[in-house]
Amino acid sequence: MASAVGAPARRLVTCSIDGRPVTVPEGTTIWEAARQLGIEIPVLCHDPRLRPVGVCRVCVVDVGERVLAAACVRGVADGMKVTTTSEGIERCRKTLTELLLSDYPRESRREATLGDDELLALARRYGIDREAIPLPRGDGRREDLSSPVIAVDHAACILCDRCIRACDEVQHNDVIGRTGKGYGARIAFDLDVPMGESTCVSCGECAAVCPTGALTHKSLGVAIHPRAELRAVDSVCPYCGVGCAVTYYVDLSKNAIAFADGRPSPGNDSRLCVKGRYGFDYAFHPQRLAKPLIRRGEYYPKGPLSGDVRGEGRGARGRKPGGVVDSEEVLPAFREASWDEALDLVARRFLEIRATHGPDALAGFGSAKCSNEEAYVFQKLLRAVFGTNNGDHCTRLCHASSVAALLETIGSGAVTNVYGDVRNADVVLVAGSNTTDNHPVAATFIKDAAARGTKLLVVDSRETGIARHAHHFLRIAPGSDVALYNAWMHVLIEEDLIDHEFVRERTEGFDALKEVARRYPPELAEGICGVPAGRIREVARIFGRARAALIFWGMGISQHTHGTDNARCLISLALLSGSVGRPGTGLHPLRGQNNVQGASDAGLIPMVYPDYQSVEDPAVQRQFEEAWGVALNPKRGLTVVEIMEGALRKTVRGMYILGENPFLSDPNINKVRKALASLDFLVVQDIFLTETAEFADVILPATSFFEKTGTYTNTDRRVQIGRQALEPPGDARLDWTIVCEIARRMGYRMEYRDAEEIFDELTSLAPSYAGLTYRSLEPYGKLWPCPDPETGDGIQILFDDAFPTPSGRAKFVPAEYQPAAELPDDEYPFVLNTGRLLEHWHTGTMTRRARALHAIQPSAFCEMNPEDLEHLGIEPGDLVTLRSRRGSITLRVQASPRTAPGAVFVPFHFREAAANALTNDRLDPYGKIPELKFCAVRVEKALADERLEHASGPS
Amino acid sequence: MAYPFAHPREVRIVSKHFGDAGARPVDGWVERGGYRAARKALPEMTRDQVIATVEASGLRGRGGAGFPTGLKWKFMPKDDGKPHYLVVNADESEPGTFKDREILRWTPHQLLEGAIIGAYAIRAEHIYIYIRGEFVDVIPVLRRAVVEAYERGFLGEDVLGTGLRIECTIHVGAGAYIAGEETGMLSSLEGRRAEPRMKPPFPAQAGLFGMPTTVNNVESLAAVPHILVNGADWYRQWGTEQSPGTKLFSCCGHLRRPGNYEVAMDFNLKDLVFDLCGGPRPGRRLRAVIPGGSSVPVLTADEIDCPVSYEGLVQAGSMVGSGGLIAMDDSACLVRAVRRMVEFYAHESCGQCTQCREGTAWAARILRRIEEGEGRDSDIPLLLDISENMAGKTICVLSDSAAAPIVSSIQKFEDEYWAHIRRRSCTAVS
Repeated sequence: MASAVGAPARRLVTCSIDGRPVTVPEGTTIWEAARQLGIEIPVLCHDPRLRPVGVCRVCVVDVGERVLAAACVRGVADGMKVTTTSEGIERCRKTLTELLLSDYPRESRREATLGDDELLALARRYGIDREAIPLPRGDGRREDLSSPVIAVDHAACILCDRCIRACDEVQHNDVIGRTGKGYGARIAFDLDVPMGESTCVSCGECAAVCPTGALTHKSLGVAIHPRAELRAVDSVCPYCGVGCAVTYYVDLSKNAIAFADGRPSPGNDSRLCVKGRYGFDYAFHPQRLAKPLIRRGEYYPKGPLSGDVRGEGRGARGRKPGGVVDSEEVLPAFREASWDEALDLVARRFLEIRATHGPDALAGFGSAKCSNEEAYVFQKLLRAVFGTNNGDHCTRLCHASSVAALLETIGSGAVTNVYGDVRNADVVLVAGSNTTDNHPVAATFIKDAAARGTKLLVVDSRETGIARHAHHFLRIAPGSDVALYNAWMHVLIEEDLIDHEFVRERTEGFDALKEVARRYPPELAEGICGVPAGRIREVARIFGRARAALIFWGMGISQHTHGTDNARCLISLALLSGSVGRPGTGLHPLRGQNNVQGASDAGLIPMVYPDYQSVEDPAVQRQFEEAWGVALNPKRGLTVVEIMEGALRKTVRGMYILGENPFLSDPNINKVRKALASLDFLVVQDIFLTETAEFADVILPATSFFEKTGTYTNTDRRVQIGRQALEPPGDARLDWTIVCEIARRMGYRMEYRDAEEIFDELTSLAPSYAGLTYRSLEPYGKLWPCPDPETGDGIQILFDDAFPTPSGRAKFVPAEYQPAAELPDDEYPFVLNTGRLLEHWHTGTMTRRARALHAIQPSAFCEMNPEDLEHLGIEPGDLVTLRSRRGSITLRVQASPRTAPGAVFVPFHFREAAANALTNDRLDPYGKIPELKFCAVRVEKALADERLEHASGPS
Repeated sequence: MAYPFAHPREVRIVSKHFGDAGARPVDGWVERGGYRAARKALPEMTRDQVIATVEASGLRGRGGAGFPTGLKWKFMPKDDGKPHYLVVNADESEPGTFKDREILRWTPHQLLEGAIIGAYAIRAEHIYIYIRGEFVDVIPVLRRAVVEAYERGFLGEDVLGTGLRIECTIHVGAGAYIAGEETGMLSSLEGRRAEPRMKPPFPAQAGLFGMPTTVNNVESLAAVPHILVNGADWYRQWGTEQSPGTKLFSCCGHLRRPGNYEVAMDFNLKDLVFDLCGGPRPGRRLRAVIPGGSSVPVLTADEIDCPVSYEGLVQAGSMVGSGGLIAMDDSACLVRAVRRMVEFYAHESCGQCTQCREGTAWAARILRRIEEGEGRDSDIPLLLDISENMAGKTICVLSDSAAAPIVSSIQKFEDEYWAHIRRRSCTAVS
């Protein structure tokens, strides 16, 4: 059950502060102890979230010694008599303030924005008139405005060290340090380069902790005002599966968010990344859809409307910077319509298709960006109204294989432990996960553990950011995971580093595993993975000797035709070492989307109803028929790629796509283009005109994350409330109300008062969510399952005594190594790997409209090893054309040793050079996930194209 | 002038072989009685006996703070199972001080022997000698000596056949004065900026790499072999109860015979200046003396008739410090001299603590303003106010060091300041 490793109880000490006795645990600082008494000792360099350093000296107090002591660092001692204020102490504080103020800029950026400049507050407290300070003026310190999100004013810097600790010890990015000596000392980025040119990842932690005007958030178009003048909305981040708790500060007069603060949730401890802190302004971008749109008659037969989507490589009028759908190119194909007209049309066409071709000719893609409530009503619409199980979402493209393996082996697809418990692990394996870019805040917990002594093992074909923190980094050949982990297990079994008791008591099928592992000595794996056998042994032993080992994995494991096998190996490794069900152990496939866990939990997958209850189980079917009052289809539905294939074959004729953009996110775009164009009827419900919407018959304007309230379940299984912060633009409607309207017009009554009522219906049908209510989800959500929602946080560590399998035991499912579906050859000699960038989200619909994120990563590029480039005679920055058997794209190339020789990495966010034009749509046989991480490509130097040149330059 | 010049009133113990190039190589050093103490201590004496002898001798740290060396060693934990380190502070950078450089230059083995004994006493397996980077001529001498000590088995896996392992690494500093502060030195050795650390924890609890560490000055360690060979009582024949033994004074400034002089610690400061150093230059009058490096308060010529003991100099209003004696005659402008010193501290402040980083910089600017005749009446109280804030309130004592010359010079040479402020002139005689 939920267990935390408690620190041993500390001895209590009693001291007196300003004559008042106080008893606190030993090690408590004077500053903390005083605060408990309500005595606020002024301080500039200290923040309770940071390790105290005692450099500003403002908090000095008299402890009866020869010299004054800094209260923020000095621990209280028995019998200590502390005086926090006296004439001498106050004079000292006042002089310090004067020293700092004498060269302070006339205008503090912090005072001008948030209005909470702590130095100026001290100046007011001591009644200091800056003009009257008798000190000579200094020569000034410079400004650095090179970062798109943070303004640096060295003149306002008081060298308090907060930003340095935030960067080094909270976010573990190690960018900020000090340079120079004496008065010339100042903070510096990397080796004293401008912030915007440094390795800064723009997480904004430094600006969040800075007490002065030295580091401040730049405005994202909406002026930043003091918190009290804005409306604070406690919500969560709309981006990744970490689901950071955020407070958004809303300027009501502009219906826009001015800035965001992290909240102290267990999941993010007030930390945020660049997307969470600076990526919200897409919601009030002028291109938001605000009216229902119906395709004009003259734009039939349907097809793509913009040059990019047609595959011409550029828009007809030259691409606009920003790489988003050119509305002017696409909008003429549509006319505005009333909601009634649009919804009636949608209902009528779906009814017609169902009547003519049967319910399974209809299909729907929901979205892992939408709430649990929206996922629930959407799958209910498909099942109860359309009459089909053909409903899926992008989980198919991310962890379908992981979930298949988890269900088969341990009986549950969710994580067995939260990422934050890495603090209790002594070994952590990060496999095929670019955690620092894709789950930046979860990565801070891993980096923190690694800095505190947890052995971090990273296995990847690309040297990702997390690899820099690893104690052991194994760069394996792409797609060779099964061979590597089989060899690890070979070593564990051979050297008897396995948990016999766990294997005996809690698992089955060990003999079969043993037999397979026996055939994978490290020497064999060396030939497949390219890692020396000695290294494989060394690292396997570290894992085998771990007291508590935690395994994280990402798309590098799952997005292969053998993705399920990859995951099976990791699961076997965990079972072999008894690494499930205890603190510091567990299996954690890091979920990508903010609500991919929740959308799956809510049944937005073709094989199961909410809470993974099989559609093929008659008892389950009866239960849902009873709950929904209709007969249900007992046949499992089609998955994402299968639906596209169905469209091509005309077995699927009508589709409802809610908040997904398969044109860019699905593999083999040229096929997707044909599939989308061949649909009889397509409804796209979204907040922007996406690439997919170009193929739509009807486009319905939906609400963004910030305009609605709902629950979202993060990678930890933490169910949290995202609260409405903004009013929707124009006629845009809440997604779930649109779904209910379509249901009603198709003859099924689906009415809810609000999202909370939907949630209550979901929890009544999903045993894992049982007992959860909106009220109990305040303020930081709850982990499911949660037996005591009123008091508990939910169960952190699952399966401490049994697995939810028929036998109660976990099952070893051995896997044999098999190569990727399409191997490089003479014609296509490179291996393509796709992935994400820290600053962008999936198809860029949101992030390319967020001004800061766009400014940092404005254009498409691919990354190759410098050796390969030299060999090909290509210079970094040149345009290259990448060709696969399925398509080609042209983009600039960057040189980086992070990508191995023989490999090409392409981020898939960029429509103008869509990585998925190249990818292979071959599927994993179990998880039905496509092999997005591996296909063969050719690299050619491309001739410079002036229009492209112009288009991809900075805006 | 000190070598071969040796004044008969000196008591040359650590400086006995200054000027004697034959003492530099290990053979020469052994011929002169070197490593006898190590041979005696390691096999024959227990660690506690070594510490007890040094404690009984009353030897105090010669780097500036004057903390009893034996007591410092005693603070090191026993049986804690952790690696211990001995760090030798050879980053001699205090303005006016040049004694350690001469010990290292002439008698590197004298230091190594003391360090080996110290390492034995505190259970250190590793000695780090942090040497000032500007000592370009001394560094090869020390390197050579360490190689010799390894060759002779004074260092290495099996020191003097006792089975004990003591390694020694020379670390060359990169030019920051603050690296001479003991915790700043530890930060620097760890590869960080030489930023001093908060105490507690003291280095004996958590020092280099977080392990129990002792930091000793070169001169202190150089005295140890003599104490072990001759006994605590022998050492105590010089000096006073609280300040036993001898001390090297690096004498510079307006003197006829500047140089290093080793005297008993009850020696008279005035005699040191006038007799050993020959007094001021012809036709000049002594004006001020800083007896212990630029970090200690300045004395007027009238105040120097006192013993150079720790307590004697405190009573006179100053400190032994590092023993860097700076003499100024009537040609010296005190405002200028102090401004120059404060600029040094402003330049060398690591920048962590507010009052040091800002205070030294502002004080230097105010002093310059005064020196250039632009001072205001309010500048003197302002300087005193800033100085008060700089002393006793920071992580390390660098800002105390900067405050000392300001406050003492204002106390003792206020006229000089007023001459600059009110008359735009100087009392110095050209």
